[in-house]
Amino acid sequence: MLLTLEHVSKSFGDPADPLHALQDISFQMRRGEFVCLVGPSGSGKSTLLRLIAGLLRPSSGQILLGDEPIRGPNPRVGIVFQASNLMPWRTVLDNVALPLELRGESKARRYEIARAQIALVALNGFEHHYPHQLSGGMQQRAAIARTLVQNPELMLLDEPFGALDALTREYLNQELLRIHRAENVTILMVTHAIHEAVWLADRVLVLSQRPGVLKADIPIPLPRPRTEALFTDSRYLTLVKQVRAHIDRPTVAGLSSKMP
Amino acid sequence: MTNLPRSLSQNPRVLRLARILLGASSLALFLLLWEGLVRWQDYPPYILPGPGDVWARFLAAAADGSLARHASITLVEVLGGLVLGVSVATLLGYLLAKSPLLDQLVSPYIVALQAFPVVALAPLLVIWIEDSLIRTMIVAALVLFFPVLVNIIAGLRSVEPELVAMMRSLQATRWQMFIKLEAPFALPVLLAGLKIGATLAVIGAVIGEFVGADRGLGFLINLAQGLLDTPLMFVALFTLAAIALGLYGLVSLLERHLLAWKRAV
Ligand SMILES: Nc1ncnc2c1ncn2[C@@H]1O[C@H](COP(=O)(O)OP(=O)(O)OP(=O)(O)O)[C@@H](O)[C@H]1O
Ligand SMILES: [Mg+2]
Repeated sequence: MLLTLEHVSKSFGDPADPLHALQDISFQMRRGEFVCLVGPSGSGKSTLLRLIAGLLRPSSGQILLGDEPIRGPNPRVGIVFQASNLMPWRTVLDNVALPLELRGESKARRYEIARAQIALVALNGFEHHYPHQLSGGMQQRAAIARTLVQNPELMLLDEPFGALDALTREYLNQELLRIHRAENVTILMVTHAIHEAVWLADRVLVLSQRPGVLKADIPIPLPRPRTEALFTDSRYLTLVKQVRAHIDRPTVAGLSSKMP
Repeated sequence: MTNLPRSLSQNPRVLRLARILLGASSLALFLLLWEGLVRWQDYPPYILPGPGDVWARFLAAAADGSLARHASITLVEVLGGLVLGVSVATLLGYLLAKSPLLDQLVSPYIVALQAFPVVALAPLLVIWIEDSLIRTMIVAALVLFFPVLVNIIAGLRSVEPELVAMMRSLQATRWQMFIKLEAPFALPVLLAGLKIGATLAVIGAVIGEFVGADRGLGFLINLAQGLLDTPLMFVALFTLAAIALGLYGLVSLLERHLLAWKRAV
């Protein structure tokens, strides 16, 4: 198993009056798997990704990468955030090469690797553009290239296309599947969109409203490669319905309790 | 397709020429008004010299080398004060922006000291520090210290937490975090602080020289006042203004160069 979570809980704030974001989460991921994580807003999806990325420590339980417990940020795990988080003063090439620069690779070497990843996300020709000269979708592709440059075994994506329009999203999802196939990387992706999760994933994990517990772990036995033809496939539609049935309807109480 | 002739007002060369002409004519107007005032009121040169008197005095002071000597001393003091003040402010600003504990301990003093008339310390420094060059640098550094410090703290605090998380996920070291993220992120604010600092350093250097120095443009102003050589006072004042403007211009150039990415289209 590439990733193992054992009874992971996370709470924030005052220990006397903690806010339980995640409770007793256990699951595993195989190498090469594509897993999507869905759940209502505030269910702890981003928190879970940050725990796996080593940016947060669990309050209890443990997270293993292979057999090694995760103790902090790790080059084997790459994360793509909802905002592209590109540095506005760096060109696409220098943004994508950043992980290698931090690792102390020579300029020639890091540009060579970065150019290859830029080509993989189909951004060639934009190496010397600055982020503000790119569209939102192109910025996210640059962010994905930056993560791929680290050659991670596990790639975490936190609603990477959440802010984009439906058509761009669909296109980028196809790109993501292509990259998944080409790079043989393991992917855990957070999304709000159930149909998107079913279309992309081998498995869909459903988190409940806060405190987030794992409500369902639904295998998606649809054949690959996945195409747009699936959108009207009855098996696909049944699976979407099945996942939807597990998701807590956002209640007014649930939404307002998120307010600080 | 034929090239459409661009309208005259859009041509960048015409625009630049227009700006130069505008600047030159406003300067000419200023000199004319000045000269007019002197002639109309018939002021003697020791009360208000005309532009011609000041120019003649400038040529004389430039010829005998005294202007260059005093100006270079002041320039050294200004630059020394700038380097000293900005580097200490950067160091302290970084520590304050990073350590909440230190911030709580030190910030009340900083707020109180901001309201403190730092220039009033200059006479005290005369007692403490014998070397007038070093003392004047310290006065210059003190004058620019707080405004620059406040800017640096604001710049460093504005760094986006999401970018910090991204850098952490790439296992950036503390140094890499500073040099690759925090410094470039804070750079625009830092440069704005440096612009303020450059002009304040000139003020500080003059104050430092006023309270006790036997060289420099501030000293020259005092000296000329004693001799009722008002044209020389004007020469020294204009030279000080030129130093301040020159430094401001240099920082602006640096800014244009370092923030060139903002203009990429
Ligand atoms: N650093 C933090 N400090 C305190 N509370 C936090 C912190 N991070 C998250 N939380 C809380 O934990 C809960 C889960 O947050 P999280 O961001 O993981 O939700 P999410 O599922 O990603 O939501 P969304 O779909 O809106 O992005 C929320 O109630 C949030 O307020
Ligand atoms: Mg989230």
